[in-house]
Amino acid sequence: MSGHSYDAEAYWKANLRLIFGSLIVWALVSYGFAILLRPMLAGIPIGGTDLGFWFAQQGSILTFIALIFHYAWRMNKIDEKFGVHEE
Amino acid sequence: MSQFAINIMFVGGSFLLYIAIAIWAKAGSTSDFYVAGGGVHPITNGAAIGADWMSAASFISMAGLIAAGGYANSTFLMGWTGGYVLLAMLLAPYLRKFGKFTVPEFIGDRFYSKNARLVAVICLIVASVTYVIGQMAGAGVAFSRFLEVDSTVGLMIAAVVVFIYAVMGGMKGITYTQVAQYCVLIIAYTIPAVFISLQLTGNPLPPLGLFSTHVDSGMPILDKLNQVITDLGFNEYTADIDNKLNMVLFTLSLMIGTAGLPHVIIRFFTVPKVADARWSAGWALVFIALLYLTAPAVASMARLNLMTTIYPDGTAAEPIQYDERPNWIKEWEVTGLIQFTDKNEDGRIQLYNDSEAFAPTAEARGWNGNELVVNRDILVLANPEIANLPGWVIGLIAAGGLAAALSTAAGLLLAISSAVSHDLIKGSINPAITEKGELLAARISMAVAIVVATYLGANPPGFAAQVVALAFGIAAASLFPALMMGIFSKRVNNKGAIAGMLTGLAFTLVYIFVYKGWLFIPGTNNLADTPENWVLGISPLSIGAVGAIVNFAVAFIVSNATEEPPVEIQELVESVRYPRGAGQAQDH
Repeated sequence: MSGHSYDAEAYWKANLRLIFGSLIVWALVSYGFAILLRPMLAGIPIGGTDLGFWFAQQGSILTFIALIFHYAWRMNKIDEKFGVHEE
Repeated sequence: MSQFAINIMFVGGSFLLYIAIAIWAKAGSTSDFYVAGGGVHPITNGAAIGADWMSAASFISMAGLIAAGGYANSTFLMGWTGGYVLLAMLLAPYLRKFGKFTVPEFIGDRFYSKNARLVAVICLIVASVTYVIGQMAGAGVAFSRFLEVDSTVGLMIAAVVVFIYAVMGGMKGITYTQVAQYCVLIIAYTIPAVFISLQLTGNPLPPLGLFSTHVDSGMPILDKLNQVITDLGFNEYTADIDNKLNMVLFTLSLMIGTAGLPHVIIRFFTVPKVADARWSAGWALVFIALLYLTAPAVASMARLNLMTTIYPDGTAAEPIQYDERPNWIKEWEVTGLIQFTDKNEDGRIQLYNDSEAFAPTAEARGWNGNELVVNRDILVLANPEIANLPGWVIGLIAAGGLAAALSTAAGLLLAISSAVSHDLIKGSINPAITEKGELLAARISMAVAIVVATYLGANPPGFAAQVVALAFGIAAASLFPALMMGIFSKRVNNKGAIAGMLTGLAFTLVYIFVYKGWLFIPGTNNLADTPENWVLGISPLSIGAVGAIVNFAVAFIVSNATEEPPVEIQELVESVRYPRGAGQAQDH
């Protein structure tokens, strides 16, 4: 990466931003909606229980899958943009 | 054909398949043995990770725990899937770029210290061996139930099968046998669930069935379940809980442990490119989610089925006569995992919650205590029998449960053997060892690990859940922070990393041993393992998350008080952050 140190830094920052955003969603659906914020979602009924229960048993898992594929797709774009991808 | 013959056919047939694949893919060079030549497609790799990851704990035990605990045990579902987000973003791509064989090798190089590598080897071996003990014990129990043999004999059969394909095939054997095992275990898990979901809700997809209407009562199935079990004095299935701190920490501990377990991380060395490491994590979670989205449905439906079997005319009417109990209860009674005592001597099976709040109701009904004790770990295995499904489904679930236990055991054995031969012997004791000698050492250490795990699996140092929790706690508190700091911080140095790993490990082990007994020896615990005794209500199962925080904190403090890492190490950290150039790393 010598000679491209400015780009290298920008690339790493773009990665960190993407990770940070993803982990906020990651924590929000699991620790937030499914556990700590469940009382707030108790008013939203779903199939005999509430939305918090759904997030604890299904919603968080589905969100995790979406997060990883989104990250992989975005990072591959970022790799190309900064020219650090593998041929 | 008898059920025994059907079980033999399914279990035997699946094993022949695994062994045939292992022989077909017999390893050649050392790099083949460890990482399957570096050329595994992300989807194939994802399925192999799925089989590796989903052990006897996921397949046999988890739904039973959710059935018993309801909402509170959703921690297992979130914890054992959310770790893949951490893996995909914080570890896998960079470790693939680094391009070495093993986890301790990365830690040793990044922290420029043989001692760091040795500490990592110790953490890895302790975490992996304890995990394998649980798997071997689980496999032994499943064998003994379905092949109707003694549990020790079941364990021996399991050991021989794992030995053959792990030692002979190496990872290439394991990668493809594990794809086959994934197929067997996911089919085995979902087919009975689809049948049961159809029976109860008319919806063929179990995850949707969980939130659908119960056909017999016209109520949402979770409402029906809540009603039935609260009538019998149990807590509501979907009820919220008070101790949220412990729930958060337990989930976090399982997530970090997932990302720190060496046998999963090693899988990401086997993909051709850095981009593929990211995709592999996504595919792995898709394959895992197929089971994890089915499990909560299995849990609630099996619990409802169990209750309606015992109370066929509703909870207000009397339960069934013991003499008219279904066949599956008789069969499980033989194993001792279902026990009946007719406390009020009326010949009926009273199944309810012996709580103080329910005591007046029980007394009014002439009940003298709960009479049926059902072990949680049998729920998934007994599920097809409870729902009266055909014999071939029961044979299938036997094969699936064994696939889950054996595939994880094999993956862990590989991680252990490569740590011993590559990191311990080649990395420190005898660097001049030949490739042939290294391969031999890998196979010998695998064989030794199998013997140790089989011996301890026959006399496990506690319940399987305790053993598995220790493995997760150790991985979470020791390896994950070191790996993550090695990539995301240029400032953390050798002294910081070693101090962090050792304090994280020691803190976690001590907290667990205080409540569970030293080295899990019964009676040596200092405090009773009850919520009143836990510090801030944190259970020993959740302490790994705190251990990880301790590890991070110590590493930062010690690193900042000592010198910066050398320039070449900072350049190494820089280089693992950029994918370009990873292509060469696979050709050792």
